[in-house]
Amino acid sequence: MKSKFIPPIGKITQIKGQCISLIGNDIDTDRIIPARFLKCVNFDSLGESVFKDDRETLKGKHPFDLEENKNATILIVNSNFGCGSSREHAPQALMRWGIKAIIGESFADIFYSNCIAIGIPCLTLPKKSILEIQKNKDNKFLFLEIDLKNSLAKSKNLSLKLEIKESSRKMFLLGEWDATATLLENESLIENKCKYLPYLEFNNYFS
Amino acid sequence: MSQDTLFDKVWDLHKVSKLPGGSDQIFIGLHLIHEVTSPQAFGALKDKKLKVKFPDRTVATVDHIVPTDNQSRPFKDNLAEQMIETLEKNCLEHKIRFFNIGSGNQGIVHVVAPELGLTQPGMTIACGDSHTSTHGAFGSIAFGIGTSQVRDVLATQTIAMNKLKVRQIWCDNKLSKGVYAKDLVLHIINELGVKAGVGFAYEFGGPAIEELSMEERMTICNMSIEGGARCGYINPDEKTFSYIKNKLCAPKNKHWDKALKWWKSLKSDENSIYDDVIKLDASKVEPTVTWGITPGQSVGINQQIPLLEELSPNDKLVAEEAFEYMSFEPGQSIKDIPVEVCFIGSCTNGRISDLRIAAKVLKDKKVSKNVKAFVVPGSEKVANEAKREGLDQIFKDSGFQWREPGCSMCLAMNSDKLIGNQVSASSSNRNFKGRQGSPSGRTLLMSPAMVAAAAINGKVSDVREFIK
Repeated sequence: MKSKFIPPIGKITQIKGQCISLIGNDIDTDRIIPARFLKCVNFDSLGESVFKDDRETLKGKHPFDLEENKNATILIVNSNFGCGSSREHAPQALMRWGIKAIIGESFADIFYSNCIAIGIPCLTLPKKSILEIQKNKDNKFLFLEIDLKNSLAKSKNLSLKLEIKESSRKMFLLGEWDATATLLENESLIENKCKYLPYLEFNNYFS
Repeated sequence: MSQDTLFDKVWDLHKVSKLPGGSDQIFIGLHLIHEVTSPQAFGALKDKKLKVKFPDRTVATVDHIVPTDNQSRPFKDNLAEQMIETLEKNCLEHKIRFFNIGSGNQGIVHVVAPELGLTQPGMTIACGDSHTSTHGAFGSIAFGIGTSQVRDVLATQTIAMNKLKVRQIWCDNKLSKGVYAKDLVLHIINELGVKAGVGFAYEFGGPAIEELSMEERMTICNMSIEGGARCGYINPDEKTFSYIKNKLCAPKNKHWDKALKWWKSLKSDENSIYDDVIKLDASKVEPTVTWGITPGQSVGINQQIPLLEELSPNDKLVAEEAFEYMSFEPGQSIKDIPVEVCFIGSCTNGRISDLRIAAKVLKDKKVSKNVKAFVVPGSEKVANEAKREGLDQIFKDSGFQWREPGCSMCLAMNSDKLIGNQVSASSSNRNFKGRQGSPSGRTLLMSPAMVAAAAINGKVSDVREFIK
């Protein structure tokens, strides 16, 4: 493991860093963090177990084990990344390994919302652009600067227009991706909503 | 954009506000928690000095980590014991109702909530588990969330979420004999692919769906997520209402009448607008078995595993990976592939009707001597009912091990695991690499009846040959 983990906080407008590329469609959250590592009551030690089984199978040749990738912060993936189990342990493990943003062809829904909720922007690029980045054997040297204000990723020779859900982009720029406080601001609306939900009256949970 | 579907109606009813970022704040009617994805959420509440806002609206059980051989406490596995203790402590501290082991109501969260009558039409239901889509079988809008959102539901009873699009999946005709809900949903995922559902809620409808029992409908909605759809649902009907009636937490007396009136008003309008509509013929579905590493990689029992050149460029990449991992050949028949482990259970197919069907196949038959077979009832209620009907004895007589309720080898967080590259015939929901506890273990998903047939023959078999 690398330097001490510091969770993101507040506004996220820009992420700079080296890219790490992981090739494959439909990479599920069981692969990102196998179930046996879910036996924990906090997320602290998940970073070292990220992709544990895939890494052991590849005996040191997995991108997350390569020396040249050890300081990478931007993960480049293909389509439907993070499908399957809702375990937030998956993005938590990636984040604790050092990932600060993910660029891919597409993301599974629950994984995507988990990433937003913990401050990892997930951005999309067309398949063609992703393949170009991944094909580039020198991508160990690919440094990107993600600018969320303008939805751009730039390097020395590249300028890529990124896609991100507008609501997610705004949450990062406003520093409201950690939603609890924002949701709590509407306490009176929440209480009011209870009056209009028919089933709260006739439900008999504790009979 | 969809209009006047059940999804639109329930979503709009539960919308609390539009958040500054543009997503909706949605009220969660029922929040279900378990031991794996909740401890960090309670920890975060503590850090933020927040309380559980509506403790009555959260219900807990323990399922993922529980052993199925010996459930006496403390568990042999210290980490598992620590997790159940943490849940017990959190529920006690926050006054959350907890259906613990031995309560008679413990089990897999998606089996327990419906059988207690907690799951009802028109609700929003969230749980830190992707198979929460199961509850959509009752015409509720139910979806999996992560731990940060569990924290949000505990603290506010709401979450921030973007409204989903709605795809109607219309299933014409009806399933033929020996073909079950599991086969239908595997077929749907194969047709549409594992990512078609991203951004969508799936509405399942049509004569074939109406024909299904509530438990079969749960199997369908359960696996929406394997098709990429976070939420899947079915419009409620008389079957839905009669399933709920008289359950422990169902509305009673005058509340029942009120509830029924409201539930009957809840369905997609005849002229509602969908973002997409797909039609398929359920009578053409065969018993279906997966051969690869995603739930979309399946074939009918009489078909061959596809050749690479038959696949789209996108599917090819994962298929190549699957062939390497599974050690199967393109073009090979799925039938007669030897299996070493047979597992019946899970939130997809661990209910009483699943056990009845499997027991019917197994009656007076023996499990192949090369097979380790075990059945894990979905809940204590399922286990008790099975015992009352003598199903446990049929399983045991055939050579199946009869276990205690839990998630078990669906995800292998307890000691039920594949060893090495064993092949399992499994009634669960995921055939991902390493899913069943061995990094090289191989999972073939199929219906519980098909698992029973595979157990008897020691190889993938057509259960229709066992059913007269």
